[in-house]
Amino acid sequence: MTTAVDETAQPPAPAAGERPPRSRSGAGRRRVLAQWLFVAPAVLYMLMYFSFPLVRNVVMSFQSYTPATYFTGEAPFTGLDNWRAVLSDELFAASLWHTLLFTLGSLAGQFVLGMALALFFQRRFPLSGLMRSLLLLPWLIPMVVAGTLWRRVLDQETGVLNGALQGLQLTDSAIPWLSSPDFALLSVILVNIWIGIPFNMVILYGGLQEIPREIREAAVLDGAGFFRRFFSVTLPMLKPVVTVVLVLGFMSTVKILDLILALTNGGPAHATETLGTHTYQLSFLQLDFGQGAVVGNILILVSMVFAVIYLRANREGVTR
Amino acid sequence: MSSTTSGTAARGVRPTRAKRPDYLSAAAGTAILAVLLFPLYWMVNTALQPDAALAEVRWLPQTLDLSNFRRAWSSQAGNLLTSILVALGAVAVCLALAAPAAYALARFRLPGGRAVVFGTLITQMVPGIVVANALYNAYVELNLVNSYLGLILADASLGLPFTIILLRAFMVSIPEEVLEAGMVDGAGRWLVMLRIALPMSRNALITGGLFTFLFAWSDFLFALTLNTTDAVKPVTLGIYEYLGAHVGDWGAVMAVATLSSVPAAVLLVVAQRYVAAGISGGSIK
Repeated sequence: MTTAVDETAQPPAPAAGERPPRSRSGAGRRRVLAQWLFVAPAVLYMLMYFSFPLVRNVVMSFQSYTPATYFTGEAPFTGLDNWRAVLSDELFAASLWHTLLFTLGSLAGQFVLGMALALFFQRRFPLSGLMRSLLLLPWLIPMVVAGTLWRRVLDQETGVLNGALQGLQLTDSAIPWLSSPDFALLSVILVNIWIGIPFNMVILYGGLQEIPREIREAAVLDGAGFFRRFFSVTLPMLKPVVTVVLVLGFMSTVKILDLILALTNGGPAHATETLGTHTYQLSFLQLDFGQGAVVGNILILVSMVFAVIYLRANREGVTR
Repeated sequence: MSSTTSGTAARGVRPTRAKRPDYLSAAAGTAILAVLLFPLYWMVNTALQPDAALAEVRWLPQTLDLSNFRRAWSSQAGNLLTSILVALGAVAVCLALAAPAAYALARFRLPGGRAVVFGTLITQMVPGIVVANALYNAYVELNLVNSYLGLILADASLGLPFTIILLRAFMVSIPEEVLEAGMVDGAGRWLVMLRIALPMSRNALITGGLFTFLFAWSDFLFALTLNTTDAVKPVTLGIYEYLGAHVGDWGAVMAVATLSSVPAAVLLVVAQRYVAAGISGGSIK
């Protein structure tokens, strides 16, 4: 980030041939209008696909939707009924808890392994660039596909993981990775860690490249060992990148749905039900969009807490 | 930041001449790669073996048996085509909306421009299921359920904020003089954008388009929720239903999974520097 000065600078001046805005003059207003035409389609689209759903979900959470709604078109307002029904349901508390475990567990695993790989790939060795690219594959394939292929790997009877564990005599019996409530959430987290490692690695690797070599060399000369160097020099200098990785990771993990649907469908015995799958079940399987909206709104509230951190971390990006 | 879009692409770093290449690290890297990519290998390996339902899948396929792929193709070819059409449509919509917006946000001192950039960042927080919840009901009223247009428009939302932010960051760095030259020649704002700014931003456009394609190709949520019939069925939805119906027939299921991973694999080979640039460039901002 050698261009720190530029980053805090104002957006560039208007293109040549355009005078600085003369306030309230007709020409100035026309110019602003003409410029807004560039942005208007994207803004309208984002209002339709992001803002409208946010507002509509709040409204829907006070309405009663039933399967009959799609014949009558009527969804009467019922006050706080949906909220009471959802919040008093044990399944909601369970999904909130699973969401937090899934998100934090995934983040911790992805970050630690992604960081280890980023540090490893700082070494210069033959084919390292090719290897780094190939490592991106798990992140690039559709999540439903990742879920499907891991279902095959984790299958209790015919899965290769149990086959290998038993062949190496690490376990006596086949572990019910996805079919037992005790293991299912852990398995889903492990698969999601696998998916998220490349994302963490790429961004952290980029951050590491920005740290001047001399600083590390100076630390080496001062006699700092690997761990000392990592925790006293590298990690503090990497802090902005780490924040961004963790917050972006949080926001994309907290709403994951397709992976869980493909792996376990929220089961067994709701062991992998999260706020996302719970919303889906309520809205699209039970056709109670009102209660689904309640859970969706709570999912947004959870994300918002972290959004604040995100925007703080991104302040430079916003003002640039 | 411009370095991420052009320079630090994932290319092999050559060892310095003075030192001998570090073969030990290369071996360790290969081992890491083998462990992490093993599930993908296993997917392809299972797909290539005829009796894949059994536990006795071999570590290497004995013969190249394509019967699973033939069955997968016969059931999913149409869905793959749907995925391609929807993803390309989403790319077109996304770039058409993002390019002028990013140009204006980068080059004009627009009243309210900052609020738009801020809002664009915020949209990344909105969970897809919340969008789907409201969108389904709006789509019912607008007659967009089970339509290509409906799914294309919804999938374009997956890449739009990312593309705007990426393009804007790129366009900010175009030297003012270059655009001024265009204005002096009498070209209007749109022409300057089309003839000068966009060609210069080619790499960022490719990166944005590439990621929008991948996001749309991978989309499962909108495919699942905005379609109630088989009229518009992308391959992600296809594999989900196939898995439900043929959970014992792993060979065929893994063949479908392999087929639907093809775009990711192809892009990684053909456009790897844009992929690496997109992951880092789009998120650090």
